[in-house]
Amino acid sequence: MQSMLAMTVTTIGLHHYLVLGAFLFVCGLMTMLLKRNAIGILMGVELVLNAANVNLVSFNYFSYAGKAGAPALNGQIFAIFVIVLAAAEAAVALAIFLNFYNNFTTIDVERASNLKG
Amino acid sequence: MDAINSITNANAEAVLFYLFAGMAAVSALLLVLSRNIVRTAVCLLFTLMGVAGLYFLLHAEFIAAVQLVVYAGGTLILIIFGVMLTSKSPFSKFQPSAAEVAIALSVGTVLLGSLILALHSFPFPTAEADVQGKYPLVSLGQALLGDYLIPFEIASVLLLVVMIGAAYLAKGRRHEEENFKFHRTPASKTMREWT
Amino acid sequence: MIITSIPIAADVPSFSLQQLIQDQLGLQRGPVLTLVYGVTLCAAIFLPAVSLVAMFSIWWERKVAGHIQARPGPNRVGPIGLLQSLADGLKLILKEDLIPASADQFLFRLAPYLAFAPAFAVFLALPFGPSFCFEPMLNVGVFWILAMLSVEVMGVILAGWSSNNKWSIYGAMREACQMVSYEIPLGISILVAIMAAGTLNMVELGHMQSGGIHTWLIYRNPIVFLAFFVFFVASLASNKRAPFDLPESESELVAGFHTEYSGLRFSFFFFAEYAAMFVVGGIQTALFLGGWNDPFGIIGYFNHSLNATYAADPSIENAIPILLLNCVAAGVFVTKAMSIVFVQMWIRWTVPRPRIDQVLYACVKVLLPMSMLLLLLGAIWQLVVPEHAGIPWVDYNPWDFAAWVQTPGGLASLITQILLTLVGLTGFAAVNGWVVYAILTGRGHKQRLTDPSPIDEGTENLVKA
Repeated sequence: MQSMLAMTVTTIGLHHYLVLGAFLFVCGLMTMLLKRNAIGILMGVELVLNAANVNLVSFNYFSYAGKAGAPALNGQIFAIFVIVLAAAEAAVALAIFLNFYNNFTTIDVERASNLKG
Repeated sequence: MDAINSITNANAEAVLFYLFAGMAAVSALLLVLSRNIVRTAVCLLFTLMGVAGLYFLLHAEFIAAVQLVVYAGGTLILIIFGVMLTSKSPFSKFQPSAAEVAIALSVGTVLLGSLILALHSFPFPTAEADVQGKYPLVSLGQALLGDYLIPFEIASVLLLVVMIGAAYLAKGRRHEEENFKFHRTPASKTMREWT
Repeated sequence: MIITSIPIAADVPSFSLQQLIQDQLGLQRGPVLTLVYGVTLCAAIFLPAVSLVAMFSIWWERKVAGHIQARPGPNRVGPIGLLQSLADGLKLILKEDLIPASADQFLFRLAPYLAFAPAFAVFLALPFGPSFCFEPMLNVGVFWILAMLSVEVMGVILAGWSSNNKWSIYGAMREACQMVSYEIPLGISILVAIMAAGTLNMVELGHMQSGGIHTWLIYRNPIVFLAFFVFFVASLASNKRAPFDLPESESELVAGFHTEYSGLRFSFFFFAEYAAMFVVGGIQTALFLGGWNDPFGIIGYFNHSLNATYAADPSIENAIPILLLNCVAAGVFVTKAMSIVFVQMWIRWTVPRPRIDQVLYACVKVLLPMSMLLLLLGAIWQLVVPEHAGIPWVDYNPWDFAAWVQTPGGLASLITQILLTLVGLTGFAAVNGWVVYAILTGRGHKQRLTDPSPIDEGTENLVKA
């Protein structure tokens, strides 16, 4: 039992990376729920995307080799596309937030209640 | 010598993993708890750097460098610019109400617990780690321009569209009655002051 | 399929210093030992080396500035003022640690380290010698350098923001605009060189250029030749060096983003700037100017033969000549990088400073289209004109022109490279000759202290230079 625990702690396997990915995901989700600053919510979204990327790259590393002799790189390519799209989405989101600030002079999402009721 | 050899061979990756994962996890936690938006951005920087370190451990060096260049050196700068353009005072704080905090905490813990339980109960098939060829970058490049050519081209078109759209959106609106004066939006006023 | 990879010799026998140390001590090669070795190397060699480079650069900058402005520069502390940097460092350490009361305390303290750490991290990837590279397995060496240069922007922005000072924020925002904009031509011009080289590994790049001056990457293509100059200009802007030094323009912004910093924190920014200058010079050396190789390919030849001897018989007697050769190679690398740093300093004290909109105009409307055009032309050139691939001294003899012409497509590549080499050497000789002529004819030049009066040209106002 002692050595099993020691082995789990000292030998890094897929589970460690997945737990970290889950933790980052939940942190990102909580950021999205708890922040009232729109840019804080955007940072939560970036955290969630990073968690997904960690999962993808760790699955790529620990999975079966793809074709015989060639390393399987699907997870890494997926991660590249996620990073690229996250950057694009952050740019558009910031443009939208700037417009919001120009119209309401505040970045508090609680104040975006014009369509309420 | 044999004792030292056995210790050094076994624990290296663990040390580095806990270092980078700890940095990422602690920064993510501080990101949730911090109330100053600029400190939140700095915590995000450390999270991104921790994750990049983890990519290095997973032998995905190119992804790690892309993460640092695009995320930490591009997206985060953009976010900080956004923070600075939209804050009236540098240290303005927004406080969520207690009920919201309670709901968020409960949702978070339940989700984390269920995710970890699900992860531990599922037997992921793991083979021995990928054998990296001598030039893995070549295979990455060939895959991007070979098997994944269409997503690559779509991503480049998407980036062009995003660039045009974001530039147009962020420009602000001209007021019809002021033909000569430049647009007087608060954000562009700040930007004009700075440059 | 059109896209083919450039064939490079599969196994260049390389000597590993870490392996030698571990063999002598009887330890087994493992990841933790690599970690310990790396940390020791950083603490014992790299940190002092970076500090020495920065201190030397600071002294040299002031000497260069002085002589360009017809004054001697620091000459009191130590012989020819060499200890001036030490005196400055001592003064900065002894100053009071002032932090403005309304500044963000944590971020204010964090910012200098965030600015210095990336510049230091790049040193790890620079190839000082064929076996003096930190860990030759960094397959993405060039990209890592680009990544670290991107992270440097964060430190400057945080410094300006956390000072809670109008001048600091102006400087930080200008600097962020400028550095982020100029990263694009920087990256694209690196891409042009990497396209011609076919690898991101810094050590392999050095091996590829080890055949003599005509094998240097800058002479491989006329496109890479032009990309070198685009990279040089973009690197000036990336380092916040004049003429792009608006972030710290003393005449406009008090001191830009480091207005509120004093004492040791300020010295961190100073060190970071000079370390970044050397780093950028090192990148240009490694990518374009042949890295650690001398213009005749001697180091490459001996490296190959000595490594073969060592591979056959690994012992200390065979390792010592390799270590000496690596020291010579490191000296060559540092000399080349420092000469680029000298050109950067020269430009600083010669060229006036443009406005921020002119700076951004130069980036977006001049350098960016130019670099994109170079990328396109570079790709087309490589498609159309054949190149001579392979590692000199391992795959072919770079000075045996007759055999080079015999290889398929050898004549075109040989003519290109020789022509470009002649162009480069002519330019270099012309610039050096001009400088020497200026120095020689400038001596003994009488200087006036006052304007010459039209009526009497007395000699009492003339002072011998």
